Amino acid sequence: MAEKIEGSPGYAPGTRVSTKDIVENKITYTWWEPEVQYSWSLGQAMSKFLTGLKKGKILGRTCIKCDRVLVPPRMFCEYCYGPTDAWIELKDTGTIETYSISYLDSDARRIKKPILIGVISIDGASPQHGFMHYFGEMSEKDIHIGMRVKAVWKSPKDREGAITDIKYFKPLEGGEKK
Amino acid sequence: MNDVAIIGGGMTVFQRRLKETGKELSYLATKMALEEAGITKKDIDMVVMGSAPDAFDGIHQKGENLLDGAAGAGKPYVRVFNGGGTGVFAPIAGWWHVASGVADIALVVCEEKMGNCYPHPQTAFRHIWDPILDRPLSPNLVWLFAMEMNRYMTKYNIKKEDIARVAVKNKRNAVGHPCAQLPDENITIEDVLNSEMMAWPVQRLDISPPSDGASALIFCSKDKVRQFTDDPVWVDGVGWNIDSTMWTNRDLSFPRYVANAARMAYKMAGIHNPRKEIDFAEPYDPFDYKELHHMEGLLLCNKGEAPILTREGVTERDGNMPMCPSGGLLGVGNPIAATMGQKICELYWQLAGKAGKRQIPTDPMVGVGQAWGDIMQMATVAVLRRG
Ligand SMILES: [Zn+2]
Repeated sequence: MAEKIEGSPGYAPGTRVSTKDIVENKITYTWWEPEVQYSWSLGQAMSKFLTGLKKGKILGRTCIKCDRVLVPPRMFCEYCYGPTDAWIELKDTGTIETYSISYLDSDARRIKKPILIGVISIDGASPQHGFMHYFGEMSEKDIHIGMRVKAVWKSPKDREGAITDIKYFKPLEGGEKK
Repeated sequence: MNDVAIIGGGMTVFQRRLKETGKELSYLATKMALEEAGITKKDIDMVVMGSAPDAFDGIHQKGENLLDGAAGAGKPYVRVFNGGGTGVFAPIAGWWHVASGVADIALVVCEEKMGNCYPHPQTAFRHIWDPILDRPLSPNLVWLFAMEMNRYMTKYNIKKEDIARVAVKNKRNAVGHPCAQLPDENITIEDVLNSEMMAWPVQRLDISPPSDGASALIFCSKDKVRQFTDDPVWVDGVGWNIDSTMWTNRDLSFPRYVANAARMAYKMAGIHNPRKEIDFAEPYDPFDYKELHHMEGLLLCNKGEAPILTREGVTERDGNMPMCPSGGLLGVGNPIAATMGQKICELYWQLAGKAGKRQIPTDPMVGVGQAWGDIMQMATVAVLRRG
């Protein structure tokens, strides 16, 4: 099988195939579609956090030793490696740390209307502490790092205790101040 | 610790889809490495397999599936894996097999087949996101890199054209590589800037392609190396480091875990001033901005300075500090773990004077290779030196 490509050192050839070769049965192949489901219990920190979202609240956890307010919250601190100390209710406003304007869906299929996505640091948490979410009510031209934003919530009856209980973050009216 | 040398390397062509199975690709790359070292399977004491997410191949615990092709049957054999970091972590594992004294000769084989996965390898990447906070948002992995690239560009006021230069350089460098998937000697900055927008600021030609392929390297103890060569290439230092998984709590503008891994490797190698003592590098370049980000993480320039050095030509193959003379992932292809072929095989071939058309003209003595993986958090680094 092995036949070297000309020249030193050791490069081995391979045989290129395309999707077309497969679709048109030009090569032999076999096929498999996995069917499997998962359910994840949410654990202590995320259960409380997501229950908070259902009530329209963003909750954090304090680490007194590191002087940090953690969002997303966790029951232990990854740096001082001790238990975190207390729950704290934060505002539903924040600052865009970074963002992207995506023309790809999750299967890398092309989409016409882009998704605005990014990381929001939440007011009241430590600097650069926040989570990923969508942005709305702003154009691709308006969005910028440092932009002040506020959560737009689903109506209480539609909330289910998920990160998507927040629909997206919109520009914060009344300015850029924290 | 025992001193460790490299005595042979091999790789297959990289293509979007190859007919050969993962086992067959592993066999082809291994055969090339054995041939270059002048040894056979019976001379190998232990085998390390590097391969990234099982979800691409669709075969769980694929180390076992690949075993026979990697000359592992009947031998001590282990698979190592840390996502995109694997291409440099597998050779680090090969190094420690020999440095510890448990093996005199260790074979490292890296394999990836991304072409098996439909509708696109990106679909498999969905399964690496946090199931509670991230997956309900239906993310695409490119988002991560787009967000990191934006943060980096904004913090240091970097223009997209200065990032596009990296894609141009690497795709041109790949023209001299017999295994390259996307070499292009005529590509321009305008081609990159005019390519399809994927997830701003990432455009199509900013990204390396998914690929099938395999690569192999043979590590040998100092005691045995003179049987095989008079001019060994030595592994002088290795380092690895991982940052917190809470990526939305980190400043994405600088990869501090790369700096930690680099400091570990430089200390082992006795390197005090990497900018002066390192002659060339193979930083991990799955996206063009990552080469710049990693140059800075490897402490080869100041923060925000890599785009300027690139613009000045310093990182060209004939510049003062060549980056990715292999053509990198952007030019040669990105079969995740198998990129050991560009990141460590290339260092070995350059330092042994065997890089052919890609040979750096300035007679390099010391090179550093690096890979990067998991959720923007894992760094693996190795320093190689000519005897
Ligand atoms: Zn702490």
